[in-house]
Amino acid sequence: MSESHGASIELENLTKRYPGNAEPSVDDVTMEIRAGETVVLVGPSGCGKSTTLKMINRLIEPSGGRIRIGGEDVTGIDPVRLRRKIGYAIQSSGLFPHMTVAQNIALVPRMTGWPKARIRDRVAEMLDLVGLDPGEFRHRYPRQLSGGQQQRVGVARALAADPPVLLMDEPFGAVDPVTRVHLQDELLRLQRELHRTIVFVTHDFDEAIKLGDRIAVLRECSRIAQFDTPETILTSPADDFVSGFVGAGAALKRLDLSRVRDVEIAGCPTVTVDDPLRTVVDRLRSRGSRPGRPATGGGADELLLLDRSGRPSRWLRREDLTRARGSLTRAGVPVGGTVSHDATLRDALEAVLTDAAGRAVVTGRRGEYAGVVDMATLLDSVRGLLEADRLEALEALEPPHEPEEARTAPTHAEQKGPAGQATA
Amino acid sequence: MSTLSFWEYLDSRHRQLLTDAWQHASVVFQCMVVATLAGVAIGVFTYRSGWAGDLATTSTATVLTVPSLAMIGLLIPVAGLGVPPTVIALTLYGLLPIVRNCVVGLRSVDPSLVDAANGIGMSRLTRLVRVELPLAWPPILTGIRVSTQMLMGIAAIAAYASGPGLGNEIFRGIASLGSRNALNQVLAGTLGIIVLALLFDAAYVVVGRLTIPGGIRV
Repeated sequence: MSESHGASIELENLTKRYPGNAEPSVDDVTMEIRAGETVVLVGPSGCGKSTTLKMINRLIEPSGGRIRIGGEDVTGIDPVRLRRKIGYAIQSSGLFPHMTVAQNIALVPRMTGWPKARIRDRVAEMLDLVGLDPGEFRHRYPRQLSGGQQQRVGVARALAADPPVLLMDEPFGAVDPVTRVHLQDELLRLQRELHRTIVFVTHDFDEAIKLGDRIAVLRECSRIAQFDTPETILTSPADDFVSGFVGAGAALKRLDLSRVRDVEIAGCPTVTVDDPLRTVVDRLRSRGSRPGRPATGGGADELLLLDRSGRPSRWLRREDLTRARGSLTRAGVPVGGTVSHDATLRDALEAVLTDAAGRAVVTGRRGEYAGVVDMATLLDSVRGLLEADRLEALEALEPPHEPEEARTAPTHAEQKGPAGQATA
Repeated sequence: MSTLSFWEYLDSRHRQLLTDAWQHASVVFQCMVVATLAGVAIGVFTYRSGWAGDLATTSTATVLTVPSLAMIGLLIPVAGLGVPPTVIALTLYGLLPIVRNCVVGLRSVDPSLVDAANGIGMSRLTRLVRVELPLAWPPILTGIRVSTQMLMGIAAIAAYASGPGLGNEIFRGIASLGSRNALNQVLAGTLGIIVLALLFDAAYVVVGRLTIPGGIRV
């Protein structure tokens, strides 16, 4: 299964007109989607994003333009055959209520004439893939499943015949927010394993940022306002329409796109449980007894105690030692939140904010101590990231855009630019 | 000679009554098979177009407004006496609930399921057979039940055109009102029809159990 990959999709001047409407529903869309990439079409309701999606498997016949999948022009081939090679998942799952889970998943393989035994194995494999136990779920009817489970089965059905392309039309629109987050994570995991070409339609911009390798922001008539990576769209929206759609809190959303590994991680004094108590006391005392500093309080006279495998276990202060004499393993306060290198900056911020002393321990792959992030580090890093994004965007933009960009984001470097031009 | 009690009457005429009942059931059943096939076919061919579906339901509804006695009377010059006018009338009457429920049932299939069926690559025929008809089957079966109940009663009128069935018993009784067995005859015919209708209905419950998939059974 892993050897088969996605196929590229090229839309060329794709147009849909309905008779009696002066305005086309989809006007001249040209778009190239690379093999194995997840592209999210996002835009306000009625902007034609769904229509555009449904023209890819020709559920809606285009009035003009061409569609190429994997280089093959599919604009004229038999739509029924075309659709069997394109996975299709829709809102509210679209499972057939009169068929069991297994029958639903087996539909496309059956239509394409797979042998029975292979279909049976495939159904079990697909249920495993979407995290449902085949023994428990294969004979259930859709109404005996929760909304999230139905949606998983819907995705399993879409992927059952191993299609290179998967079209998803607001698939998580009808489930509760908690389940939606699970399903999104699940889809990201699936895509890491399967590398299909996914075209995903949503009106939720946060969902688009989370799932998309690239995002196409569409305005009315499916005109592309901006088609770029989430980072670029967040930090340099092409126009007011896009920035309006990105909405407030673009900088906060940027936190979702960066990982802890991207920021500078500070060190802190550590001791291990095997260090003699003498050493520990000395290191704390030498810090605490410095003139002009109060002996208690303040983060500076703190030690991080690591266990034998190097994992952070407790924060130690001077007074903890005097209170719990002799036993380091019970002194001090246990380490609360830890974040891995792969955690997003939003997770790190969350951990820092909830920690009593305002810091979070960063751990490596096996949970071993790797450093500490605190509020100051995070703030500096985020400022740096945003700055870098802006400079990058400025370089990419044509000169006329520059002053406008500078106005919305006044920084030292940028303010100098237009000012210098004015005096010249 | 004193009037026979109802039970004595049944006992003395059971051979004739059973034959009539059998013929009654048989003509209703056969007409229902034809009406079901024709009704579902009409439904399938018309449900997708607005006006055709409406035309089908309206015209079958119009048939129903014609009194059955008049219908059979009108059919006699065309189809003669006996079985032919009976079968034609019963089939025409039986069509309405089936066509209407079929059209309504097919039209009320969730559009997102039709979209899903198309989207995963079902041809029109596959979609109809695997998705739409199974989902529309419960209302169609209800239509068939209603039709059968209705035909049970209408089949009695067929005796007017010398058709088969328990109607003969009723007509004979009505024709000889005041005679000693008139009431027994009418009663036997009527009760016979009621018993048959109940038996058919029970059969449909079983058919429903066996043919409606678990996922959509209520």
